[in-house]
Amino acid sequence: MTMHPPETLEPAESPLTPDSWGKLGMWVFLAGDAAGFGVLLASYGAIRVSSTDWPVPSQHFGIQLTAFMTFLLICSSVTMVKSLEAIQAEARGRMKLFLFLTVLGGAAFLGLQAYEWTHLIENGLKVYGNPWGSTLFGTTFFVITGFHGLHVTGGVIYLTCILVHVSRSQDMARNYKLAEIAGLYWHFVDLVWIMVFTFIYLL
Amino acid sequence: MAEHKNPNYMAIFWWLFGLTLAELGVYALPLVKWLFVILLISLALSKAALVAMFFMHLRIEHRTLSLIAVTPLVLGALLVFLLSMDISFVPLHTADAVRTTAAGH
Repeated sequence: MTMHPPETLEPAESPLTPDSWGKLGMWVFLAGDAAGFGVLLASYGAIRVSSTDWPVPSQHFGIQLTAFMTFLLICSSVTMVKSLEAIQAEARGRMKLFLFLTVLGGAAFLGLQAYEWTHLIENGLKVYGNPWGSTLFGTTFFVITGFHGLHVTGGVIYLTCILVHVSRSQDMARNYKLAEIAGLYWHFVDLVWIMVFTFIYLL
Repeated sequence: MAEHKNPNYMAIFWWLFGLTLAELGVYALPLVKWLFVILLISLALSKAALVAMFFMHLRIEHRTLSLIAVTPLVLGALLVFLLSMDISFVPLHTADAVRTTAAGH
């Protein structure tokens, strides 16, 4: 008699990961990434507090523009979860629309960041100095917002790949898992921006 | 596919929108520095918690994932504590060094 292992013994059914190994992997990655952003923001705080000639951010950054960028990322997080709802409802049209809107939100964010950087560089803010005070003002700004911008770029590429894949695939259960894991990354990018917006621009 | 009931995502969106407006309101108010900092950090943490709990589904996820998510927060808090201790003591050391140098001359 041939014995087949029961399907319930798949690794994804272990007590540690009752839902998905992919989700666990993404959470471990995000925890490491969060530690990286935590170090950057804590270092920024330490440098700023120790500095005697730190410029006042509100005098040089456009708060209205960055508030709108925050709003864009929040909207893109909503469209991301709406795409998951559409997959659950097996509504392929809405799934594709909401994923496309998420990608569009990310791309618009990047366009606005490029516009902001160009404007600030033209006004004299450089990685190696600025006319207003501490050199590290520019260094920390470009490193932190640049590192976040790289994450947004990665997210836009990642979500575009997911959009193409789920548009072709008929397996909605698998589509849900793929979109959910990609969504975790995208919400993390939104979450980090919430902190960057407060620490770099508002405080 | 997940079998849990989805949260009301639009309600979360309006909360996030409202908290962002509150941040801009605090930013515009002429508050004392410590209150300004506390309010803005509290609002940012509230928004981050909403995103993590509802959009990232931590509220309904397995405890293992919540523990993984909390780990960098603990490390971050430790880092901030150690850095704040360092920053607090640097001026004292600097002041001591200046006094020692001045006494030597």
